[in-house]
Amino acid sequence: MSRVALEHITKRFDDVVAVDDLTLEAHDEELLVLLGPSGCGKSTALRIIAGLEAPSEGTVRIGDRDVTDAEAKDRDVAMVFQSYALYPHMTVARNVEFPLRARRVPPAERDERVAEAARALDITELLGRKPAQLSGGQRQRVALARAIVRRPQAFLMDEPLSNLDAKLRVQTRAELVDLQRRFQATVVYVTHDQVEAMTMGHRIAILDRGVLQQVDAPQAVYERPANLFVARFIGTPPMNTIEGRLTGGADHLVFEASGVTVALPAGLASATMSASPDRVVLGVRPEDLRLDPAGSLTAKIILIESLGHERHLVVRLDDGQTVIVRQPGDQTPPRDGEAVTLSANPDSLHLFDADTEQRISS
Amino acid sequence: MTADEETGARVTNRRSRRREVRLAYLLLVPALIIFAVFVFFPFIKNFQLAFYSTPPFPGLPNRYAGFSQITSVLGSSDFRNSLTVTVFFAVLTVPAGIFLGLLLAVLANQKLRGMAIYRTIFSSTIATSVAVASVVFGTLMSPQVGLLPWLGINPNPAILNNPTLALPAVAITTIWQNLGLSFILMSAGLQSVPEDILEAAKVDGAGTWTCFWRVTVPSLSPTIFFAAVVGSIFAFQTFGQIDLLTQGGPENKTNVLTYFIVTQLHVHQNPGYAAVLSIALFLITLVLTLLQLRFLERRVHYAR
Repeated sequence: MSRVALEHITKRFDDVVAVDDLTLEAHDEELLVLLGPSGCGKSTALRIIAGLEAPSEGTVRIGDRDVTDAEAKDRDVAMVFQSYALYPHMTVARNVEFPLRARRVPPAERDERVAEAARALDITELLGRKPAQLSGGQRQRVALARAIVRRPQAFLMDEPLSNLDAKLRVQTRAELVDLQRRFQATVVYVTHDQVEAMTMGHRIAILDRGVLQQVDAPQAVYERPANLFVARFIGTPPMNTIEGRLTGGADHLVFEASGVTVALPAGLASATMSASPDRVVLGVRPEDLRLDPAGSLTAKIILIESLGHERHLVVRLDDGQTVIVRQPGDQTPPRDGEAVTLSANPDSLHLFDADTEQRISS
Repeated sequence: MTADEETGARVTNRRSRRREVRLAYLLLVPALIIFAVFVFFPFIKNFQLAFYSTPPFPGLPNRYAGFSQITSVLGSSDFRNSLTVTVFFAVLTVPAGIFLGLLLAVLANQKLRGMAIYRTIFSSTIATSVAVASVVFGTLMSPQVGLLPWLGINPNPAILNNPTLALPAVAITTIWQNLGLSFILMSAGLQSVPEDILEAAKVDGAGTWTCFWRVTVPSLSPTIFFAAVVGSIFAFQTFGQIDLLTQGGPENKTNVLTYFIVTQLHVHQNPGYAAVLSIALFLITLVLTLLQLRFLERRVHYAR
């Protein structure tokens, strides 16, 4: 397996910039996830690696080879499509065999490798069937078998799980991770599903409107989002954000919004002093807020969503903003419409510059 | 629900079903009348005609001839010649038409500037009638006017009077005239080939040629199959080109079945003979369609 690198890749479709100066590398044997909302350019980036789109600017490298101008068939990567893209007129065996045939691998070796790939994905008994006779999950496995049979430099996966039902998706997710480890594969994995990204990725690259927002390990992205977009995009329910001003001195910095006053811990305060922004956005994740009789924030419960193991409390602050509080299922639930007081965990507050939307961090 | 109520419900149900069936037949009546007058009656009448021989002089009554007329017509060398010519004509026109239509469709499917103009040109023959096509090609191949004299070529005998060249010449006219339809069919087929499987083939390492033969053509097989069936039926019913260009000649080398039927009926005033030929044409077309359905369907891949 090899590394896959994009260097200053820009892709324009007429006036639309789909990918904007993207520099990103999937290391050897790494599972790198490209995550973002639809239209963020993640699929375009993947198609540029595959050779299905030519970049307007920039360089694509696979291994140590510059493949920017190489045709798709010469790039030695395998791709798994969202629709699986199986050849409907061929049997499963022929589908899996196709990449080997296209590369003129001798028949004896072909048979052996097809059998091996079929065993790895447990589809041996399906080899004689046509794609139309398979379930979604089975098609998925055939598509994966067709990808691994080649022993390519890297795997490219374009939302491979999004056509599966929820239960199968969780199961296949684990199998994909296992497969990646077994084959020590370099994988570039595109998804809009943050759960997939968090559970599968060694690192996550988050894109928005063609621009790379942050690349880091899943936990790091969650704990230290680089900007407001990432902060709001990662996490369910999303991070609460409140716009306001900072007042007070270096030793006693206070975040103030209408009706909300939060004292900042010393570490965050010193970082903020050096940046000294006019307006800031305070971010706090729902699980870092709790119902606390001694809390400083007064609020009113307006909606309770119970998921069994936890509850999402939608509360309205005094100034009319709503925030979400995550409450463990074993705690006593509040009543609908009840007036409550909240407190926030001071060590897990996030502060962003309201103008640049960048994180202000210690 | 009690037993009584259940029976009651069932009765109402049955009654409303019967009323629906009655309405269905009532709505079918106008169509049935038209079919009866213009299709069923002539169809059956044709079988009756086949059993009566037409007397050599007008005014005498038709004579019941039984199967003797049928066997004599089908055994005649004229019929065998006509059948051979028709089959040969289909062989000349159908595969070539499909191939050229596909070729043009692939060319026009390239994402290049100005392709819309080519698409319009390629499909334009759909708007020409048999008469126009025949006049155009008749003029092109005429020894007196048109292309050949201008090029200084003066074939003797003229192409359409040449027993070897006349049928291929009519076939070329037909291929040209049907090319628009073939092109449109193949273009529609091409556009319905899923983009992702072509992309998958590219990433899998297939070159343009492999992609085309192993992915595009198999995906097109329903379209090609359809074009083959419809094209063959068209070929077996060719009349206009023959009538306008060669009138079945020279030496009966272009005397296709339909033209043969019409001359028997109108020129030789022999409806009995024509009826036997019509039945033969009907059976041939029927068998051909069934054969194609049976054999080609196995090789057809309907997507998903």
